[in-house]
Amino acid sequence: MLAIGLILFPVLMAAVAFAIPWARPRIWLLPVTGAVHLALVAAVWRRPDLAAGTAWLALDALDRLVLLLVSVLFMLCSVYAMGYLGYRRGRSSRVFCGCLLMMLAMMSLVAWSHHLGLMWVAVEATTLASAPLIYFNRTARSIEATWKYLLVGSVGIALALLGSFFLAYASWHAGMPTSLILEELILQAPGLSTPWLHAAFVLLLVGYGTKMGLAPMHTWKPDAYGEAPGLVGAMLAGGVTSCAFLAILRVYRVCAAAGEVEYAARILVLMGLVSMALAGVFMVGQRDFKRMLAYSSVEHMGILIFGIGIGGAATFGALLHLVNNALAKGGMFLAAGNIHRAYESKSTEDVRGAMRRLPVSGSLFLVGFIAVTGSPPFGPFLSEFAILNGALGSGRFVVSALFLLFLLIVFIGMGATVLSVVQGRPSPQARAGGYREGILTAAPGLIFMGCVLMLGLYVPGPLRAALLEAAALLEVRP
Amino acid sequence: MTPLFETLLVLVLLLNLVALGISRIRALIRTVALQGIVLGAMPLFVHEHIDVRVVLVSLVTVAMKGMVIPAMLQKAMRDVQIKREVEPLVGLIPSMMLGATATALAVALAQFLPLAGEHIVGLVVPTSLATVLTGFLLLTTRLKAISQVLGYLVLENGIFIFGLLLLEAMPLLVEMGVLLDLLVAIFVMGIILNHINREFSSLDTRQLSTLKD
Repeated sequence: MLAIGLILFPVLMAAVAFAIPWARPRIWLLPVTGAVHLALVAAVWRRPDLAAGTAWLALDALDRLVLLLVSVLFMLCSVYAMGYLGYRRGRSSRVFCGCLLMMLAMMSLVAWSHHLGLMWVAVEATTLASAPLIYFNRTARSIEATWKYLLVGSVGIALALLGSFFLAYASWHAGMPTSLILEELILQAPGLSTPWLHAAFVLLLVGYGTKMGLAPMHTWKPDAYGEAPGLVGAMLAGGVTSCAFLAILRVYRVCAAAGEVEYAARILVLMGLVSMALAGVFMVGQRDFKRMLAYSSVEHMGILIFGIGIGGAATFGALLHLVNNALAKGGMFLAAGNIHRAYESKSTEDVRGAMRRLPVSGSLFLVGFIAVTGSPPFGPFLSEFAILNGALGSGRFVVSALFLLFLLIVFIGMGATVLSVVQGRPSPQARAGGYREGILTAAPGLIFMGCVLMLGLYVPGPLRAALLEAAALLEVRP
Repeated sequence: MTPLFETLLVLVLLLNLVALGISRIRALIRTVALQGIVLGAMPLFVHEHIDVRVVLVSLVTVAMKGMVIPAMLQKAMRDVQIKREVEPLVGLIPSMMLGATATALAVALAQFLPLAGEHIVGLVVPTSLATVLTGFLLLTTRLKAISQVLGYLVLENGIFIFGLLLLEAMPLLVEMGVLLDLLVAIFVMGIILNHINREFSSLDTRQLSTLKD
């Protein structure tokens, strides 16, 4: 029942957004839907038994976590959108609002769907709903970014479909009743045909990894995040990537139940380190601060699967990092969007002195940098420390050293770009620009960063309980 | 698997090679449409018995892959009025040779796969793999954005063939969801194609290379 509300209500609102001709009420649909969605999610968190669904639609602790992230991100981004669309009066908001609402619906569906086929349909639908949003600015550059996003994303996701079929075939081959329902697959897991399971895992990791933006399938990411409006970047980097990560975690659970943890974990650790290394290489000397954020997202996706691959204490760290990453990326992309608007450029050659030009967004951008690179007292420090702790605790000193080294490279590379954006004096023409920060465009970023700071000091009880429960789901050892 | 089913698979393999050797985009769209119709007929011949669900999957697949999607692409072609050649990066004859090699490799590879009982001798798995590879060839060696869309369609066709092995296991809802996603994907790609053409006055993907580090 709740599932229907959480998924169909945004779909209905998207249809309304496409249908009504008035811009003002259409923009109001975003925060209203966001508030209703968040209220329903809060109800599910208070009473998890309300979420009792069917075999297809169910909600475990892991899904609740992702659903909450998506809901909070959407709520804050929708407030920001009201301010943002106010600056962009010339542009029709119909497609923008409709697609944003569809994205919310499809991300909720990913969180709910425990049928791997249905989950695939939902993940592909998030790609399709977000493509028109990347194209919002209608420039030659944004077309190029949208085309790459669509094509790379769709082909990657197609491989994930083949992987899902392989997984079903693994149970068919073993002579068991074929099903793509997560719980049934986990029950059948010990009997699954191993070669097909291995092949399925690789294909699904490549497919959903493309969506997540793991290296080397990340090529669309800097282009798409660079050209999309800031709030779309926030939704993609915080929401869609979390959903893709959830998809990979579900496949990982099947592998773990089948006793193939070692095989899966080795690949995850390797891909995590490659993503972090590659992000570091491209961040050093990066002139475009939105592309820099995209590479930072590649890095953090690497950290996430690295943590899962390490396992043990690092699993809790990786899940906490999922929360931190979504919130911190939300804040940083919104701040970057404001800076981009004010300077009408996203190159460090033109953008200087953001702290003077935009006191709130400039400071937010700097604080965000300190937070996402894992400095205390912010949340990512705790989660990255927990991951490192897990790696050292299991005696994996070489990968721990590499992990630290790549974090350091990213810190240096990102620091140079961020400092050059926020420091100095803005050029006269940048100062002359008419853009001023409003409460609607500044407050959501502040709330995001406030949450990240809070998570560094204290993790609320219910969240901690959910994180522990979710980590326990991933620690199923046969 | 009925004998007719094997014939249809051979037809799909031949259409792969035709698709690689064709120079006109409109003819390429028709080839992919024909492949879609053949694919749509397949679920009817997987088993001796036929039920309502299978007929429904078959009808919707034929309608989508064989008619609606090709019609959308033909319309996109009319709207953009570009030169009608596919402009391959690799020549047509070499692409056909590559396609034939890929098919042979797929057949050879399938011998080593741990397949279940009745699938060992059949052509299903090799055809599926060969079609996926053909899709990748079209995607990577054709320069026009619209031929890349067709490559994506062929890739999706290859995956559909593998899905036939699991026809009973796949719920109808998921089958329909996959087809709906495909339809919306082609619809969105069609719109973007139109904008690419307006912005760059061509569909040559070499134009799409401003964004890099």
